[in-house]
Amino acid sequence: MQLVLEKRTERSNTIALVSPLIAIALTIVTMLILFAILGKNPLLALHAYFIAPLTDGYSLQEIAVKATPLVMIAIGLSLCYLANAWNIGAEGQFLIGAVAGGWIAVKTQGTDAGAWVLPAMLVLAAAAGALYALIPAICKVKFGASEILTSLMLVYVAELFLDYLVRGPWRDPHGFNFPTTAEFDPVATVPLLIEGGRLHLGSIIALLVVAATAILLGRTIKGFEIRVVGAAPRAARFGGFNANQLIILTFAVSGALAGLAGMIEVAGPIGHLQPGISPGYGFTAIIVAFLGRLNPIGILIAGLFLALTFIGGEQAQITMKIPLDVTKVFQGILLFYVLACDSLILYRFKLVFPNRQVARGTG
Amino acid sequence: MLDSTPDGLHSGESPLLQTLGLTKRYGDFLANDAIDIDIRPKEIHALLGENGAGKSTLVKAIYGLIQPSAGEIRWQGERIVLSGPSEARSRGIGMVFQHFSLFDNLTVAENVALGLDGRESFKDISARLEQVSRTYGLPLDPRREVWQLSVGERQRIEIVRALMQDPKFLILDEPTAVLTPQEADQLFIVLERLKAEGRAILYISHKLEEVKRLCDTATILRGGKKIQTCNPRLETAASLARMMVGGEIKEVKARAGRKTTVPRLVVNDLSLAPGEAHGVRLEHISFELKGGEILGIAGVAGNGQDELFAALSGERLSRDPGTVVIEGIAAGHLSITQRRKLGAAFVPEERLGHGTAPRMKLSENALLTGHAASGMVHHGFIDTAATLQTVDRATETFDVRKAKRDPEAASLSGGNLQKFIVGREILRNPAVLVVSQPTWGVDAGAAAVIRQALLDLATAGAAVLVTSQDLDELADIADRIAVMFHGRLSEPLAARDASREKLGLLMGGSIPEPKEAAHAVGA
Repeated sequence: MQLVLEKRTERSNTIALVSPLIAIALTIVTMLILFAILGKNPLLALHAYFIAPLTDGYSLQEIAVKATPLVMIAIGLSLCYLANAWNIGAEGQFLIGAVAGGWIAVKTQGTDAGAWVLPAMLVLAAAAGALYALIPAICKVKFGASEILTSLMLVYVAELFLDYLVRGPWRDPHGFNFPTTAEFDPVATVPLLIEGGRLHLGSIIALLVVAATAILLGRTIKGFEIRVVGAAPRAARFGGFNANQLIILTFAVSGALAGLAGMIEVAGPIGHLQPGISPGYGFTAIIVAFLGRLNPIGILIAGLFLALTFIGGEQAQITMKIPLDVTKVFQGILLFYVLACDSLILYRFKLVFPNRQVARGTG
Repeated sequence: MLDSTPDGLHSGESPLLQTLGLTKRYGDFLANDAIDIDIRPKEIHALLGENGAGKSTLVKAIYGLIQPSAGEIRWQGERIVLSGPSEARSRGIGMVFQHFSLFDNLTVAENVALGLDGRESFKDISARLEQVSRTYGLPLDPRREVWQLSVGERQRIEIVRALMQDPKFLILDEPTAVLTPQEADQLFIVLERLKAEGRAILYISHKLEEVKRLCDTATILRGGKKIQTCNPRLETAASLARMMVGGEIKEVKARAGRKTTVPRLVVNDLSLAPGEAHGVRLEHISFELKGGEILGIAGVAGNGQDELFAALSGERLSRDPGTVVIEGIAAGHLSITQRRKLGAAFVPEERLGHGTAPRMKLSENALLTGHAASGMVHHGFIDTAATLQTVDRATETFDVRKAKRDPEAASLSGGNLQKFIVGREILRNPAVLVVSQPTWGVDAGAAAVIRQALLDLATAGAAVLVTSQDLDELADIADRIAVMFHGRLSEPLAARDASREKLGLLMGGSIPEPKEAAHAVGA
């Protein structure tokens, strides 16, 4: 008897929906084992991760706040991945967006600049993120350089650039030598949705991005172009679609969204520029994109789920002394299972009995 | 029904190879359903069947490439279970595949040496290679690199490589598909000689005349089942075809009352460097195609047909706009979308992955080529109803069989998908249709529908360019036939003057004598 993967005649839509759930279930089983190995009560750990954050209003708001950049970045990445363009450097585009928009905030600090500041910051952040993403895209199209490598390497450039700015020229003179800019002025801050709460305008922007992308992919010729270039490049060329133009376009859009997310994060929950403004949003968003099946609505749900792991991870660290890095392990295992379960969309498991006579003879 | 074991078919000799109830199952699909076949020494045994009848599956099982799900294989009366092709070879079973497995950048001798299992020295192999190729009249220069060789010569390498193992039983998979008629004749002489030496040959083909001429026995498969074993010489081509297809094949209706009009596709001195290594350079191609006319392009695969298709479709652009003129407008520099807007339509050879996106729905594949000029897109938004309507119309007009209204392209059978693709383009009422291998790998029923559709399109006034390796197909539908060889296109011949022999010479690169007496291929 052996287990074989058998190709399906048509992709299974049921499995396409169920596969992320199977992946989550497998991840949780693996985590239970991991918690047990760490000497923690697995069920309590699970409660701290997934149940506790859902039980109070503050945590729920915090989940939405964390999900905002994840969803925005992942939406952009999904466009790239659908078009077979592999942008791994959203983290860098996120940082560069924050830096570019932050520049306006820093320069207008203490002046009586008007309400134009925040919109200008957002526009500049999106533009900077897009331009930063265009570097690997153009290198790919012009010279055939692997966009995976170049976009990833530019993450470190962005990190060090931000580091230099906040330790050097942009450091807050009254900040006791901490590597941070001064707190942004109110005109340079993303408004809150609930007075005294955590939820801010960025979450609304993220929802609008989700809706717009759903329409783009489902209803427009451009969305079709993105899907067909990724799914069947030669057929796409036959259809008259230019894969290189699409690499440029999807990188620019995903860079813009990452840059925007970076600006919203800095001008919202954080309030100033400092190193470590991102706990790896740009990388976690890759998981969000795949867990959400590269589908806008799926990404929204997956973004909330991954945000839950961030909050739950903090909770587990506080209440059970489980190291925060376990959250990253969790996210990595999740991506692994998501990709593995995807093969079930095109294949199915089947038990085969290669030689019935032999089986009967011995059995 | 015919008797399943006709008289005089099996001489006294006991079978060299037998399959008993051989069955191969892929999921729910029975590729081979309890097939019994006997192959005797000194026999050329034809395996006949349409695409998808199960021929390839059967020979793969016999050659040890796949394991049967049930049933057995007997070799010289003894039951064997083959672990793989090398065991098959060591027992004396050789195979020449339709698609060659040769390394382009290695020499003939190096390729042969790589394919042999023994420990012979390279020098000995080269010497033996020369000897075998001389003995059987299969001339080969061991020192030449494969990329310099013609398709016929490449096939010779595969045959010589198989013969160097001294097989008792040789399987040939559609060997003449890539040969000119003259090269095929030479191959038949070699096969007759192998037969006289006492070897058995299993000859896979769907060319009936060829089988009648060469083979002693024929086994016909259809839908995975054995239909009949017979003596092909006692059958007619029509009766063999009926067994293959399981019914009458509709003849395409002749082109009556068709008038040629103005030139709709003109190619002027088109030369194009190859896009990839070992590709073919197009050299000085010129022709003129009028409305109401079908021009056939014959030629052995790999002589520039793919490159010509890319240059005509706009998948590759030409620097000089005037090299390709569509509907009187210089279009050499225009993209495929712009050429479609001028009224051109294209059907490439590869159905899955080129003509369609395999994992996308038919409606999306209708959009793939229809987005530019068919009212499927308004202000950037897709009109889903319009795309579905194209699917429905193609389904109705061209009898596309599918499980549901809008399935994925990959789930259709080859014939039905091809009908959809051709239908999708014809429904756009093109002024010019460029189609490559329209019925390649398509069942006879679908092939008849497609050929009729091309004829009807020309009758309606379009200019149709058909590239095909199937000379019978071109004889059936084309008004004029030109031949591609080494990136050059011959002067088109009127179809009634284009004898098989003349075309064969052109396909082999020689210019036929101007006053050669020959009869036409056309019926």
